[in-house]
Amino acid sequence: MRPRYIDADKCTACGLCTKYCPRHLVDQYNEGLAVTRPIHIDYAQAVPATYFIDPEACLYLKHGTCQICVCTCQSKAIDFSQKAEEKEIQIGAVIMAPGFGRIPDATLAKYSYGQHPDVMTSLEFERLLCASGPFEGEVKCLSDRRHPKKIAFIQCVGSRDLGCNNGYCSSVCCMYAIKEAMVAKEHDPEVEITIYYMDMRTQGKGFDAAQKKAESMGIRFVRARVADVMPWEKNLKLTYSTLDGTHSFEPFDIVVLSVGLDAPADAKNLGEIAGFALNNYDFCKTETFAPLLTTRPGVMVAGAFQGPKDIPESVTQSSAAAGLVAGLIAKDRGKALVHKTYPKEQKTGKDEEVRIGVFVCHCGINIGSVVDVPAVEQYTEGMEGVVYHAQSLYSCSQDAQEVLKAKIKEHNLNRVVIAACSPRTHEPLFQETLKDAGLNRCLFEMVNIRDHCSWVHANEPAAATQKSKDLVRMGIAKARHIQPLPEQTVPVTPKALVLGGGVAGLTAALTLAEQGFQTTVVEKEATLGGHLQHLSFTLQGDTVSTVLGNLTDTVKKNKKIEVLTNTELTQVNGFVGNFSSVLTTTKGKKATETTLDHGVIIIATGGREHRPELVLGNPVKYSDAIVTQRELEQRLSGKGKNLAPKSVVMVQCAGSRGDDLNYCSKVCCNHAVKNALKIKSLDPASQVVVLYRDMRTYGFAEDAYREAREKGVVFIPYTMDNKPKFKASGKKTSVTFYDPILRDEVTMTPEVLTLSVGIVAEGTEEISKLLKVPVNEDKFFLEAHVKLRPVELPVSGVYVCGLAHSPKPVEEIIVQAQAAAAKASIPLCKGFVSVEPTISCVDKEACIGCGLCESLCPYQSIRIIKDENGKRKAETITASCKGCGICASHCPVFAISMGGFTDEQINAQITAFGAQ
Amino acid sequence: MVVGGGIAGVQAALDLTELGYYVYLVEKSAAIGGAMAQLDKTFPTNDCSL
Repeated sequence: MRPRYIDADKCTACGLCTKYCPRHLVDQYNEGLAVTRPIHIDYAQAVPATYFIDPEACLYLKHGTCQICVCTCQSKAIDFSQKAEEKEIQIGAVIMAPGFGRIPDATLAKYSYGQHPDVMTSLEFERLLCASGPFEGEVKCLSDRRHPKKIAFIQCVGSRDLGCNNGYCSSVCCMYAIKEAMVAKEHDPEVEITIYYMDMRTQGKGFDAAQKKAESMGIRFVRARVADVMPWEKNLKLTYSTLDGTHSFEPFDIVVLSVGLDAPADAKNLGEIAGFALNNYDFCKTETFAPLLTTRPGVMVAGAFQGPKDIPESVTQSSAAAGLVAGLIAKDRGKALVHKTYPKEQKTGKDEEVRIGVFVCHCGINIGSVVDVPAVEQYTEGMEGVVYHAQSLYSCSQDAQEVLKAKIKEHNLNRVVIAACSPRTHEPLFQETLKDAGLNRCLFEMVNIRDHCSWVHANEPAAATQKSKDLVRMGIAKARHIQPLPEQTVPVTPKALVLGGGVAGLTAALTLAEQGFQTTVVEKEATLGGHLQHLSFTLQGDTVSTVLGNLTDTVKKNKKIEVLTNTELTQVNGFVGNFSSVLTTTKGKKATETTLDHGVIIIATGGREHRPELVLGNPVKYSDAIVTQRELEQRLSGKGKNLAPKSVVMVQCAGSRGDDLNYCSKVCCNHAVKNALKIKSLDPASQVVVLYRDMRTYGFAEDAYREAREKGVVFIPYTMDNKPKFKASGKKTSVTFYDPILRDEVTMTPEVLTLSVGIVAEGTEEISKLLKVPVNEDKFFLEAHVKLRPVELPVSGVYVCGLAHSPKPVEEIIVQAQAAAAKASIPLCKGFVSVEPTISCVDKEACIGCGLCESLCPYQSIRIIKDENGKRKAETITASCKGCGICASHCPVFAISMGGFTDEQINAQITAFGAQ
Repeated sequence: MVVGGGIAGVQAALDLTELGYYVYLVEKSAAIGGAMAQLDKTFPTNDCSL
């Protein structure tokens, strides 16, 4: 453990030290585009919120001089005596998540990076766009600070490039380039942006739609290879060649290099220390069907180190790895955990005298230099209910918490108002202190005089002080009416229901069972295995039937797992922790119903192959001569001679990406490459032509794409303006397409025409109605948060994985299933669900049972029930209420109130605003 | 033990504590957050990365 030279318990992150530190240092957080000081914090929201000293740049640590920071720090937090420490710890498992590395500058040099300041990496451009960046979000040329009129993005810099030994595709650059281009366009709608690409790999959920939006905003996409970028007068000259062999050049003000994700710089070292193997690109070596296991038992991997990937997939892998670890060391669950204890909560009755304590914070100079804090504090003197007021330098510091506790006891306070910074960051801290002092944590009101006063009115101290007084007066008025709210918990039935017995459902069930949770798998077909039963081999060479056989056997043998085939979910009642479902099993003509009580549900119902009857405007009749990739795979893995057709034309995006379905199915490009390679290995003389729009062999699959080209598979792009045409020719079908290299139309009559059809959702609408969970416009389930909660659905206790979420390859399905199981096991292992106190509450007397609230609630957390007199009344389901307040604001008779935000409290606050 | 305090490492550590395990989160730099903390906005919600 390296020293920070700052005592984290004392540092209040006020920033005075950085202000006085005399030395400059290049700001790595801003990608070297700004300067900071040796004593600094990377960004205001950094965790821990403690400054640190860079020992390589500090004048004292380097030369024994200076120490200015020591006397500027008011909380005496600077500690130069700290030394590096070595610690030995006992652990049960390791998750490797070291992320990714940088593409070396040498690779970027051919685009004049390092020679011209206006050639920058995408991460540098990201900092330029950011409000916390070097120009506060204003996009400027680094050379002369002018606003750029033309910006170019060059894709695949350091990816898909054997020149720098990175043969793989980094998977994220196409999408982030589109995002950055759109953000830049929002900053300045006049700016012209061109993206030079080889294939637009926007294969993720909703990504194609983003590209379409970018096109509609006027962002230009050019399929070309960029030869070089050279300084040219005030601008940069970008030379590129397009598919037809033409060379052109164009001037730009800024050239952004869409750099790929390299392996972490210390990957080899990590591998040696922890004893696991790397792949040929120095990323962690893993298998298709065990994507998170390294070669060393007990060591898992997650995130970009497993292979380049975006945020949602990293988050999914992390949850999945956590789930695997939890299964691996299940017997140690709960050991070494420290549970905090609190003193008994003192009772605060409704009629008890209100005793408010007001604390006004200086936040160092952050508030105090603008707002007259003593005046604001003095202003509260004599206000109704206020029995104590004080100011503090840093009310969030550790010693201030002790003072707060002592004052609560000394003055018998039963309401606390703190005028300081934002409740978003600090409310939990103060509420914790209230609990430590034996007060209910809801007897607390926070007034934000930093963001709302000293920050936004930094140049008007008198007005800022007046506004602070107004806000504090309003806060006190509300505090007079706040009441303690109960901390509620709801017990959980420690059982899981998994819908679907494909690879997703089976993997999820196994991950749950290994942690010790009873799981029921429901499969509507007679056999387990789902679509994997129709696949024979993978791109990586696995034999699917063996792997699937092992998986189903392990599931069947596991005593914690109950498998119900020929069964469907027909009814669901209850809420998180307390579901009760009716399962209908059909055997012949006989249907039996069983009821199952369980705490969570994982949806793994899968999807199915799309079989469009119109492909790119051509009517299609499936036969031996027109097949899908799946059917071709079956033929290729059959027995007998002449498995490989003599000639094949494969048509990508058949029915996808705006042809019939609106999205990209993510797996079809890999499937085509896989089958093409198989044909070439069976018969190298076979002719294989692949007609594509963008080859999306992202990640390490790029190697297979390259191999296919090397083995003579011909890849020819088509556009939606010039689609391939099919024509029946005897039993075969001729395909006519435009070849951009020959610049002419070509007609082929292959033995087999193979359509790379997409994947559609199956049965999601029925389940959506049963569970009241939303689906998107493509009928796939809509997750709670696309980036950060990718396997949870908006309804608490319901999780999703596999094709029901979106099309994806088997490796990603397995990870997602493990992640869904990990998330689902959280309430199961806790045994309860805790409920935030700020939830809705229905006044049953006033409620007229109109049902408006039930229809509006986005979380299905309020329902209409019949009371003892048979009258319709609304009732909050406390376990799943998120406290958004939609029901309360729409109730026509004001029968619903929100804990902590009642009409009485808000009205008092508003009235106090008018009073002087 | 989780090695790396970027979005992947932080998420893994959080999930493990929720699952009832004591976690050591190891990060070589002064703050957790990794590369995501440098991003301005994230697609498609345009949420601030921080």
